[in-house]
Amino acid sequence: MSKAPSIPPIFSVADLLAIAYRIELDAVERYGLLADQMETHNNPELTKVFRDLSRAESIHAAEIREMAGDTDLNGRANALHSIWPKGESPEEVDLGAVHYLMTPWHALQLCLAGEKRALTFFTSIAETAKDAKVKEMAAELVEEEAEHVNLVYRLMRKYPEPTDSWCQEGDPPAAQD
Amino acid sequence: MPEAEHISVAIVGSGGAGALTAGNFLLEAASLAGWHGLLTRTVGPQIRGGEAAALLRLANRPVECLADRLDLLVGIDWQNVDRFGAEIEVGPQSLVITDPASGDLPAFVCRAEARSAEVPIKEMAKAISEGRPNMIALGVAAGLLALSEDALSAVIEKRLAEKGDKAIDASKAALKAGMIAAAKLDLGLRLPPPKTRAAQRWLVSGNEMTGLGALRGGVRFAAAYPITPASEVLEWLAPNLAKLGGALFQAEDELAAINMAIGASFGGTPALTATSGPGLSLMTEAIGLATATEIPVVIIDVMRAGPSTGIPTKSEQADLNIAVYGLHGDAPHLVLAPQSISDCLFTTQWATYLAEVLQSPAVVLSDQFIGQAAAAIDRPADVAFIGRRATAVPQVGVYKRYAVSAGGVSPMAIPGMPGGQYTADGLTHNERGTPTSNENDHRLQLDKRRRKLEEFSYGDHWATVEGEGELAVVTWGSLTGAVREAVDALRASGRAVRLIAPRLLLPAQPERLKAALEGVNRVLIVEQTHGGQFYRYLRAHYDIPAKVRLLNRPGPLPIRPSEIVRLAMQWSA
Amino acid sequence: MSAAETRTIYKQSDYKSDIKPIWCPGCGDYHVLLSFTRAFAQLGLRPEETVVVSGIGCSSRIPAYTSCYGFHGVHGRSLAIATGLKVSRPDLTVIVASGDGDGYSIGGNHFIQACRRNIDMTYVVMDNRVYGMTKGQPSPTTEPDFDTALSPGGTGLSPFHPLVIALASGANFVARAFSGEPNETANILVEAIKHPGFSFIEVLSPCVTFRPDEREWKNKVHPAPVAATNDPAKAARRIMTDDGFNIGILYRGERRPYQIKAAAKAIDIGELEKDFAL
Repeated sequence: MSKAPSIPPIFSVADLLAIAYRIELDAVERYGLLADQMETHNNPELTKVFRDLSRAESIHAAEIREMAGDTDLNGRANALHSIWPKGESPEEVDLGAVHYLMTPWHALQLCLAGEKRALTFFTSIAETAKDAKVKEMAAELVEEEAEHVNLVYRLMRKYPEPTDSWCQEGDPPAAQD
Repeated sequence: MPEAEHISVAIVGSGGAGALTAGNFLLEAASLAGWHGLLTRTVGPQIRGGEAAALLRLANRPVECLADRLDLLVGIDWQNVDRFGAEIEVGPQSLVITDPASGDLPAFVCRAEARSAEVPIKEMAKAISEGRPNMIALGVAAGLLALSEDALSAVIEKRLAEKGDKAIDASKAALKAGMIAAAKLDLGLRLPPPKTRAAQRWLVSGNEMTGLGALRGGVRFAAAYPITPASEVLEWLAPNLAKLGGALFQAEDELAAINMAIGASFGGTPALTATSGPGLSLMTEAIGLATATEIPVVIIDVMRAGPSTGIPTKSEQADLNIAVYGLHGDAPHLVLAPQSISDCLFTTQWATYLAEVLQSPAVVLSDQFIGQAAAAIDRPADVAFIGRRATAVPQVGVYKRYAVSAGGVSPMAIPGMPGGQYTADGLTHNERGTPTSNENDHRLQLDKRRRKLEEFSYGDHWATVEGEGELAVVTWGSLTGAVREAVDALRASGRAVRLIAPRLLLPAQPERLKAALEGVNRVLIVEQTHGGQFYRYLRAHYDIPAKVRLLNRPGPLPIRPSEIVRLAMQWSA
Repeated sequence: MSAAETRTIYKQSDYKSDIKPIWCPGCGDYHVLLSFTRAFAQLGLRPEETVVVSGIGCSSRIPAYTSCYGFHGVHGRSLAIATGLKVSRPDLTVIVASGDGDGYSIGGNHFIQACRRNIDMTYVVMDNRVYGMTKGQPSPTTEPDFDTALSPGGTGLSPFHPLVIALASGANFVARAFSGEPNETANILVEAIKHPGFSFIEVLSPCVTFRPDEREWKNKVHPAPVAATNDPAKAARRIMTDDGFNIGILYRGERRPYQIKAAAKAIDIGELEKDFAL
């Protein structure tokens, strides 16, 4: 996904947290979908990687939930309606960039790209927001995302970049219909 | 004058003379007078101006086939009549009315050594302002049949109302002139006037009765693609469906038509389409889809002579194979066949009922002979078969559209029902409807779909079984009438003969046929095919006696009762 | 329960079934499924009043992956099934899903007729320019020089212009989308469903297995430079001259949709006999 997400109108801290929450929930769902795909396609290693990532994102979501206190985050996000009028959520993983033979290194690359986009996203908000409180909260979120980026870098050290043979198929595709 | 039990008359003419209109009027007037009647027609290949013959048979009891021979043939002219000469049987007892202006009598008339008489039809028509030759011919025929002028005048007034008073007056004058001419002639026999007049008498075609049967059975959606000789089913349904709050929708081809009907039925609306052989060939894939997804749908096939484009205007019974065997895979489904014009109503209604109750496609094999013939019949009895589909009230948890049940029928959720969501799928599926390649699921669903049809109790309507005897004449569809007449004649001459005509062709009913063949040691099979399709169907699905004879012929010539009688007489035990 | 009591708010996830798709990881159709569920949630459609009708092919597997009613029919006939369903049940929301093979090849005639009839439904064709399910044959939108087993060296045939054909045939809403932008696709789908008459969306949806070259599409797509027009000729010209990667609603027509005749107060069936009675 090479397009920068447009910034939706953010007027309050509650709005900002609602958006951050929605970003995390989307990521939870997205990684969950990918885990399901990998499970259906018999790649247990990647199934675990994506389940772990999904779980990590739900922890992030919980943290935002904590920060938000009583605010009805979902209601707020719904009220903001099309949060992303054009373009996609920053952390949204490109489902087109996966492969049934992909390795953990590839998954983490995707994750890294997502976290970096989120970082850029919140950085722009921190820089351009008019409201001081929003600016402050955005800066906090920038710190969080930076931590996530670093985490991914650390995880990636566990997995070497695969050689070109990673996508060599054992069998040709099977026609189903 | 000797009395006849029935009288047959034909009116022939070409170039837009209006022979068919005259025939229609004659039937209607005779029906008003209380007679039963059957009217068929045969035409040349032209769209307009072609040669045409209206063939009419009247009697005091229901008429379900043509007689062996015409008693009266009225020729407005004889142009190109040899094209269908073989269908116009005349003999030494027949009277042929000919216009001297038409020249020589046609060869087939001369060969038959029929009696002839001259009536200057064209000259008489010219003598009347706006007079038409077909109305002169009508008058001659009516006069010889001793029909009342009043009955005919009433028909003329009704049918020509749109054309205005001038046309009506001219036709009445021509009618009168024809009747006067007839007074000088001698037919040689007469049909006694009807003794009792049934309380309700209808003038109908098989195609119309098919449409009405579908509506009575609950059909409220029809998808239409025109094809000869089925189009009239759809044409009748178009306004009449609308009157009942339903709709007919024209499709771009037969592939779309059958799929539209299936889509409407999936949505909960009993649905139908009507076609002929070439269309049925196209529809087989989707009929298989309806079988696999267990969606009710009625497919009318008004059979015509095949193969391929064949003879679109002539009748035959050679779509039996494709109706019974035409689906790929193991795909049990329903096939039924009406036995007469009047039976089109019952059989189509019953087929709709069965399709809905058993959640299956039902192919109804009518044919051009009963589809397009007109008949004066007693009002058919009301029957209680109205399609009742078992619909689901989904329980808690996941709805299983194809849950295995005692009778094999699974309650069917209709879109709109909350909790009943499922995806209908032509792919082999499990009880929930999810695609599977598992051998248990496949077997389970195949068993269920076969069981639901085979274990259903169809009752006595499955076949017509009449009479006793060691010889059984077995037939189906539109030939039932001719066979019945032959069997009656044989019985009258002291021979005991049984008639068996299945109305339900699929699923086969081996136990029932076994019972019907009790005491029978030989069967004569009568069918209108070249390849003996019905004979092979019987051999495939039933145990029949070793002694079998087959009387089969493809269209266009109908099989006459006398041929059946002759064959039966030659064949003693 | 009355309609007033049950104004449930559906989440996007409520429109997904528990059935796991068989699509290859990386298939654009996963995004399309997201767009479907997103759009349905945005519109607040009741799953039990929504029907997804499809034919045969990878894209046609989508109905079972939603929690709506579905019909996975035979190859090329989804529009016919949907037509029969919609005219007899106008209360339902009908979405038709197809692919470039199912929709433009065997389904071609039904496509043209459906546009012409302008019945209120939405037709989504997931175009990956190949027959994916049967392992890689060319489709009517495949480029002429694309090498395949059935057409070595390429077919040499001009690809189809489905959007222009839709316009010429009378479709009332024509759009192009890209699966890699599921939000944008969802927005287009919402508009398409809301728009009366026959709405057609061609979704460029890459096939990761047989067209890995289509990965490039994400770099080629761009928003359409002008807003949708209501002039079909203008729209046709724009489409005939664009690079095939203009994304957005390209045509919003004002043709009256097919009038599904409201069921008249039915007469008694016995009345019909009067036609026959002598």
